[in-house]
Amino acid sequence: MAGKTLFDKIWDAHVVEVIKGGPSVVYIDKHLIHEVTSPQAFAGIDKRGIGVFRPQNTVATPDHNVPTVDQHLPIKDQLSRFQVDKLTENCEKHSITLYVLGHPFQGIVHVIGPELGITQPGMTMVCGDSHTSTHGAFGSVAFGIGTSEVEMVLATQCILQPKPKRMRINVEGELLKGVTAKDIILYIISKITASGGTGFFIEFAGSAIRELSMEGRMTVCNMSIESGARGGLIAPDDKTFEYIKGREFAPKGADFDKAVAKWKELKTDDDAVFDKELTYDAADIEPMITYGTNPGMGAKISGRIPVEQDIEKSNLMSFNKALNYMGFKAGDSIVGKEIDYVFVGSCTNGRIEDLREVAAFVKGRKKADNVTAWIVPGSKQIEKQANEEGITKILEEAGFKLRQPGCSACLAMNDDKIPEGKISVSTSNRNFEGRQGPGSRTMLASPLTAAAVAVSGKIVDPRTLL
Amino acid sequence: MAIDKFLTIESSVVPLPIENVDTDQIIPARFLKATTREGFGENLFRDWRFDKSDQPKPDFVLNQNVYSGSILVAAKNFGSGSSREHAAWAIHDYGFKVVVSSFFADIFKNNALNSGLLPVQISEEFLSGIFEAIEKDPATKLKVDLINQEITLLTAGEKEGFEINSYKKECLLNGYDDIDYLLGLKDVIEQFEQSRD
Ligand code: SF4
Repeated sequence: MAGKTLFDKIWDAHVVEVIKGGPSVVYIDKHLIHEVTSPQAFAGIDKRGIGVFRPQNTVATPDHNVPTVDQHLPIKDQLSRFQVDKLTENCEKHSITLYVLGHPFQGIVHVIGPELGITQPGMTMVCGDSHTSTHGAFGSVAFGIGTSEVEMVLATQCILQPKPKRMRINVEGELLKGVTAKDIILYIISKITASGGTGFFIEFAGSAIRELSMEGRMTVCNMSIESGARGGLIAPDDKTFEYIKGREFAPKGADFDKAVAKWKELKTDDDAVFDKELTYDAADIEPMITYGTNPGMGAKISGRIPVEQDIEKSNLMSFNKALNYMGFKAGDSIVGKEIDYVFVGSCTNGRIEDLREVAAFVKGRKKADNVTAWIVPGSKQIEKQANEEGITKILEEAGFKLRQPGCSACLAMNDDKIPEGKISVSTSNRNFEGRQGPGSRTMLASPLTAAAVAVSGKIVDPRTLL
Repeated sequence: MAIDKFLTIESSVVPLPIENVDTDQIIPARFLKATTREGFGENLFRDWRFDKSDQPKPDFVLNQNVYSGSILVAAKNFGSGSSREHAAWAIHDYGFKVVVSSFFADIFKNNALNSGLLPVQISEEFLSGIFEAIEKDPATKLKVDLINQEITLLTAGEKEGFEINSYKKECLLNGYDDIDYLLGLKDVIEQFEQSRD
């Protein structure tokens, strides 16, 4: 019998029952909830007259619609305030741990999970947000769910899921200077397209992936779903255990050693077979940026926007529609394009390592006058760390200001909206039409590229400024 | 929350021959602030459907009177992006019972099934056939027969089978939902928990 993949090992250990001709009943270890996709789920269980089955396995925080200034004041937007209040009310009623706005642990769900040691290898984790895949960086099976599924987890700690197929993507070799985790994942999605991962769970492997920090691995797994995949994961190793050690909810003392011994077994067997396997050479990857309206429309920043001949026929219509929306022409050089906004933040690149990278680059430089830059830490803890490490001060000296934690301009549910027609270079994960505000145009890139662009006022290859 | 029983549907269709329609287009984030499931249909495809001053854009298909019905037909990779179930609710709330495409994003497919909206995945050829038929005659009708898992282009009589797992099919036909099913498994789930300790 062939060996098992890491994904199979974790999945199989959580299957309560397989329905004949249907999905599996999968047990969920950790459930994260936020204000936007949970109210209808709570309403659902209330209507059924049932309670939350395992309230200790769910953790809540408001992040999606919260303002990033004046968080100590009542939220101005009435609907947002109502949603946040609803979350508080539901958590109180059902005894669920909640980190309210202003709490030292509040932040974007996918940032606080790892940061608090809630996320651990071998777990199944879900959240009503597609970027739950972020937690896969720790060797867990983590994926986004819809509100009906949130209700299932609240009611029974289980959901019904068909088992995805397995894919492995290997990135081998050393990354070039100026190339980061974000560039790896934008490169991969540009190769396999925004639907190339549909139906799969992706394991990322290879020396370039192993070399990444935990933050970098989170960035890669975070965006795995932008290829359509159900999620992504990376086998845990010493770096993973080191990251978890000592965190709020991590096992302590002898329990930690016992856990590590178990976690060390979490890897794909040598003779395991994947439904699909791809290998890329790290040296082929350059700083990347997107030019279109889905994350698969990415290119080398030093290159040009593709021309029609480069595009598969079935994607031509999307390609032309996207260029029309972005106001770009096929074959245009990417470097030199004027931009208006820079957004550094989100669960993709709003962690301390990202802020350090931006600060290191802008130190001693100044933001360009034509650029409005928003820098939004992923959590209260990161905000605090940025203050303590002097990052906030460096940013201020360079003309930037650190805002308060939340999803912010990643999805523009609060006031952080990019105005119509303006171009934003963003470290977030989606460049869909209007994602950052009605009519906004988004180009996705790494924090390093975003910093270089903010200083230059136009698209620039960050390597020319290193 | 029991969903409506799904019956065979015969209807004219609304064509949306655009690929990679993501959930941010189906229902933009700024309309996700409600705490109930109802009313999202009003803002379905908001930014494609209305201009800045909330006037209907005449070139968008939902604003064209010649097209109507409870079946939405879209090009490949429909429902990509965010996991917001609100996208499925918006389509359903607007009055659609079925979405047809040659390829659906995973989470959207689950969300649709959980909201009583049937995603019907068909071949590229059959899909282009439908788009062509609608272009010739906007009143073209489709029949979606869940029991026999068949979709028929009524004017031409062409049909194709579609896949749905037998569990989900039963749920839709009987108006059951997954939570009812899972609640019935509580003992098994508790046993599972104990076996892991
Ligand atoms: S930062 Fe963006 S992608 Fe991440 S959880 Fe918030 S809205 Fe979702």
